[in-house]
Amino acid sequence: MASSLFSKLAFWPRWFWRQLTSMRTALFLLLMLAVAAVPGSLYPQRSADPNGVRFYYDSQPEFAAFLDSLQLFDVYTSVWFSAIYILLFVSLVGCVLPRTKIHWHAVRSKPVKTPVSLARMPQYRVVEGFDLVAAEEALKRNKFRFEKQGESLSAEKGYLKETGNLVFHYSLIGVLIAVGLGGGFAFSGQRVLVEGDSFVNNLASYDSFAPGPLFYEGELEPFTLKLDKFNVVYDLTNPANIGQPIDFIADVTLGEKGSQSTEQIRVNYPLEVPGANVYLTGNGFAPVITVFDGKGNIAYSGPVVFLPQDGNMTSLGVVKVPDALPKQIGIIAFFYPTAEKLESGAYTSIYPDPIDPLLTMNVYTGDLGLDGGVPRNVYALDTTDMDLVAGRNGPAPALELRVGEQAELPNGLGTVRFDGLLRFASVDIAHNPGGIWVLIFSLIALVSVTMSLMIPRRRVWFRATSDGKIEVAALARGDDPGLSDLLDRLVLEIKEGKK
Amino acid sequence: MTPQLNEPLSQVSLLFVTASMAFMALALMLFSFQLAQLGKSDEVSQKLSPVEKAAFWVTGFGAVVLGIGVVLRGIAANRVPWANMYEFAISGALLILMVYLTSLKIKDVRFIGTFVVGFVLVTLFAAVSLFYVEVKTLMPALQSYWLVIHVVVAVLATAFFTIAAAFHLSYLLKAGTKSKIMRVFPSLENMERYAYRFNVVGFVLWSFTLIAGAIWAERAWHRYWGWDTKEVWTFIIWVLYAGYLHAMATRGWNGKRAAWLGLIAFFAVIFNFTIVNLFFKGLHVYSGL
Repeated sequence: MASSLFSKLAFWPRWFWRQLTSMRTALFLLLMLAVAAVPGSLYPQRSADPNGVRFYYDSQPEFAAFLDSLQLFDVYTSVWFSAIYILLFVSLVGCVLPRTKIHWHAVRSKPVKTPVSLARMPQYRVVEGFDLVAAEEALKRNKFRFEKQGESLSAEKGYLKETGNLVFHYSLIGVLIAVGLGGGFAFSGQRVLVEGDSFVNNLASYDSFAPGPLFYEGELEPFTLKLDKFNVVYDLTNPANIGQPIDFIADVTLGEKGSQSTEQIRVNYPLEVPGANVYLTGNGFAPVITVFDGKGNIAYSGPVVFLPQDGNMTSLGVVKVPDALPKQIGIIAFFYPTAEKLESGAYTSIYPDPIDPLLTMNVYTGDLGLDGGVPRNVYALDTTDMDLVAGRNGPAPALELRVGEQAELPNGLGTVRFDGLLRFASVDIAHNPGGIWVLIFSLIALVSVTMSLMIPRRRVWFRATSDGKIEVAALARGDDPGLSDLLDRLVLEIKEGKK
Repeated sequence: MTPQLNEPLSQVSLLFVTASMAFMALALMLFSFQLAQLGKSDEVSQKLSPVEKAAFWVTGFGAVVLGIGVVLRGIAANRVPWANMYEFAISGALLILMVYLTSLKIKDVRFIGTFVVGFVLVTLFAAVSLFYVEVKTLMPALQSYWLVIHVVVAVLATAFFTIAAAFHLSYLLKAGTKSKIMRVFPSLENMERYAYRFNVVGFVLWSFTLIAGAIWAERAWHRYWGWDTKEVWTFIIWVLYAGYLHAMATRGWNGKRAAWLGLIAFFAVIFNFTIVNLFFKGLHVYSGL
């Protein structure tokens, strides 16, 4: 009674488990996974393209909120995507574990019993001219596992096919775990370095920092990095290609454990530092600007990072001078490495290297909005509480400065000077301890799936018939174009007794 | 430091590529004519007909002409000739032809000549008319030996997938029609088997492409995987072909369903190369257009 109740209770879970671990379900989940991955390429993803998400929110706020509620900006961490791949992996485990047990026994047990009717096998021949002893020799030479069963021989080889299949699926689990754990401990931080700047590796030194959920500060090992010089190599020889960047090279000084070394960081060639790699991800110009306020004091002095806007390095920068008296000053400036005046009166850059550099400035005065405690983007100027005092369509024309020049601000607000020109490099400092394990498991997966798909699993039988002839038959798992050849070759080899 | 570009030589290369299109067009006509002839007979002879022989000779000669065009493009650019869409397309077309011609020892492969040559012709036409760009030096992000490995294996995988897709298509045509032409095609079982074999090789190569791409991404972009649009589609294609392989091992799912799945996976490959390259925002912006 109790046992029947138990089996009734166990029916549905067992039914569910059988469904989940069936090949059909695995196939279905695989196709679901492929379909579920598609939206991540249609909508911007927070992980890969946060600005794209922001743009969506700016242009279509309601639609963006709707998409967000479906997690379409975070597809690959979404509930539904995760559900699919977790189910897929559960199904995988449920499928692979029993198969491992079966394979384990198959490898250790003797070949199957010779079928009664060999003539039904996909490859079948009746031959004569040798005996089972000669056949045994040939099977041994060809590395078959075989057993003499009375008047017949049963042989099998290619167990590595299933071994490969199983190892492949286990290594996929390895990849998944390595991706998950590695991502947990991973970090990547960004920092903009102007020529001459130094970086000390601690959390406060990063402009932005993206740690994994398991990150701890002890992962940041001590080192310093100074950007000595940033070089851009342009193509100057090929007419069709003039001005294309050929190479970006950051000359840096790396300080670790009391010693210093000079190194280079290039695109595709990150610099190995203690506990991380340093990658070159961007570059641009940083004009050195000094602002004197209305009272003649230096209110600001230093390089300002300008963000490149186009291929010829027209760059946009913002200078905020909160300490200027009598009023705060804000400047939106354009930098043209090789300036050319358009008919409209505006400038454009016609070459990315600074051959004829020009700085133009729109000057605002008023409240920079820095005192409210709200974090502000250093690359943008909020002009809501400010008045334009010089600039296009302003009361006074925009300021135009070449290197070494200075200009008076209107209304006695002060003076601006363009002292010189530096370059900056933006670097990513990143580490993912799981990466190497992902690679190892992927390579194991690649080798094992190749084995699984390419190695043939074959059974061969010989049976001596009463009239002195020999029946030969072969069977393969799945498609095996070489099965017929194998049998012909074996027979020929036995007949010729060749070594 | 700066590699020398050879603009006049790239024009010679373009001439060879264009000339190879003429050969492909001629081969396509011969193959189509041969197909039409097949419809008239009940039995297909094991030996090649004169028209078929001519078609293969023209295809082979066209492949050599295209090969010269591709090699000259590489010499003109002073690097491997697969760094932008035009170059992927011409190198891909060449590899498809090479894989196809070397697999001719499987006798039945000759039946899909029309599909393969037609596909190559369309690819070359798109390359020359839509994707063409002048020889350019490589942007720093592409200056890596992984460009040689990752891309050539991806293109090779595509070549194998293409031939498998031709078999899928023939399979579905044959399964869905009683036309005389399709009747003389290889049996459904055989076509399924050929498609499977080419897909298996393609799948292994595609897996390698994925891994090599991840290694390169770690060097270039500080992470081995970031769900960039191209990465997403490479993943989707891998999963679709994995699904196809499972379908082939699932009772009731081989045959027509597997053939459709293989064809859908191949469409994803084409989609990845064309639509994703040209219209999707991402880090793999190397079309040069």
